[in-house]
Amino acid sequence: MSKQPVAVVGVGQTRHVAARQDVSIAGLVREAAVRALEDAELGWSDIDAVVIGKAPDFFEGVMMPELYLAEALGAVGKPMLRVHTAGSVGGSTALVASNLVAAGVHGTVLTVAFEKQSESNAMWGLSLPIPFQQPLTAGAGGFFAPHVRAYMRRTGAPDTVGSLVAFKDRRNALKNPYAHLHEHDLTLEKVQSSPMLWDPIRYSETCPSSDGACALVLTGERGAARAPRPPAWVHGGAMRSEPTIFAGKDYVSPQAGRDCAADVYRQAGVTDPRGQIDAVEMYVPFSWYEPMWLENLGFADEGEGWKLVEAGVTEMDGDLPVNPSGGVLSSNPIGASGMIRFAEAALQVRGLAGEHQIHGARRALGHAYGGGAQFFSMWLVGSERPDH
Amino acid sequence: MTTAAELLAGIPELAGVEPVTRVTIPARLEYTYSPGSAQTRFLTALPDKRLLAERCPRCTRVYVPPRGACPTCGIAATEQLELPHTGTVTTFCIVNIAAKGLDVEVPYCYAYVLLDGANVGLHARIGDTPYADVRIGQRVEAVWNEQRLGPSLASISHFRPTGEPDADPESYRRWM
Ligand SMILES: [Zn+2]
Repeated sequence: MSKQPVAVVGVGQTRHVAARQDVSIAGLVREAAVRALEDAELGWSDIDAVVIGKAPDFFEGVMMPELYLAEALGAVGKPMLRVHTAGSVGGSTALVASNLVAAGVHGTVLTVAFEKQSESNAMWGLSLPIPFQQPLTAGAGGFFAPHVRAYMRRTGAPDTVGSLVAFKDRRNALKNPYAHLHEHDLTLEKVQSSPMLWDPIRYSETCPSSDGACALVLTGERGAARAPRPPAWVHGGAMRSEPTIFAGKDYVSPQAGRDCAADVYRQAGVTDPRGQIDAVEMYVPFSWYEPMWLENLGFADEGEGWKLVEAGVTEMDGDLPVNPSGGVLSSNPIGASGMIRFAEAALQVRGLAGEHQIHGARRALGHAYGGGAQFFSMWLVGSERPDH
Repeated sequence: MTTAAELLAGIPELAGVEPVTRVTIPARLEYTYSPGSAQTRFLTALPDKRLLAERCPRCTRVYVPPRGACPTCGIAATEQLELPHTGTVTTFCIVNIAAKGLDVEVPYCYAYVLLDGANVGLHARIGDTPYADVRIGQRVEAVWNEQRLGPSLASISHFRPTGEPDADPESYRRWM
């Protein structure tokens, strides 16, 4: 199998906010796309295909929004493809686009993901009554809270760990002009005394509802050579799935997540993730998922993830910074959130992350998950072109 | 960011017109669900306060509610069995915010209850006990909703502690 190397040459985001009342969904996605094209110094005519993703149509109630977004994304006369894997969709959308370039199907691909939560009701969309289960799950937080408790029980993690992650991510967000939450007055004490929503998850340990979009321009070697700014090279990318419910499912550390990470590391030649990866953009919609994913992704041994958090390893100045952008905890346009992780990882290795740049980052991981912790998508990007 | 009003102001014919920024169009969805034979057996046994399950012939794992097939082996589950009304809390959370459309008063305790003999947890509410006392490993039993017995899991009102000693963690560790 001879794959073409894939480079990220354009990254665009909107400033994520609670409600973008000045634009429609079409205006929102176009804004991100235009910024990605500007970053790459390319025009619409340079794009060969468009790959778009978002979370369930049920959220905004617009069925198949790609139908009416084709013209806003310059897809007229070009192939357009929609991807859907729940919350991980931003990541898998970028991977589908990347694979089109790697396979030599298209030269340069624009990929976009979005969510306009102000026009949506995600909590309702995720809490459908069905006859075989008592309708008790109050949105995503209600679904994930029992698994957080299971993690705490399994590892004996002190119950302050979640607040440390939340405080760190919100502090990091202050350095990211695109982040939704800029809580200048937040203190650790305020996080720890915020209302308990789904015990053990507190209000300040949950992600916000955001309107936002993210776009990437992906291209091959020739495109990368013409790019005005340093590209990020895709060193590995993978997706894995498993059922939402099955006997023996490990909700705390799903097998699909472990397998997905192992595949990405194998492709990228990574044998010591903690030592070889310089920055991680991890999908953490509830703060406790940081220590959980640290274990699932092989950065910590089982039961040890919370110790890295407590020791400050995942802080901006730690040896494994996690979510320097502020992460999903600071901006959550659901369908875009996975692509934002991938985009932020790319910005780190391009040296273009601005105030939240991790100095000298050469390899960064972008990670997303979705559904009942059943869909996983990840990529590892580097500042150097991968060798074959 | 340009506001909608600023955009309209740039068009002479529309100067002074109040911009329309949002139109709410209510939508409704109704489902007609075909449960299939396995779930039909499960649902029709509920009014008789019976909990029917299925065992996979290959991996021997027991599913409740039954699905007719094993999701990991991908083969038909042929053996039916009936489970007792008792089980163990494998994990839980206390929900303090109400979700639209959920007919449950907050706060409530939402738990995974592993029925004795089952290998997957049932989503259930824990009641008749202070929430501070609910714990992983706690033994519980079903409280049936005598007024609303029917082909739905609403036939079970909630689970309540039995007062037995907590279950051995090894008995439920793999079946959260
Ligand atoms: Zn089986």
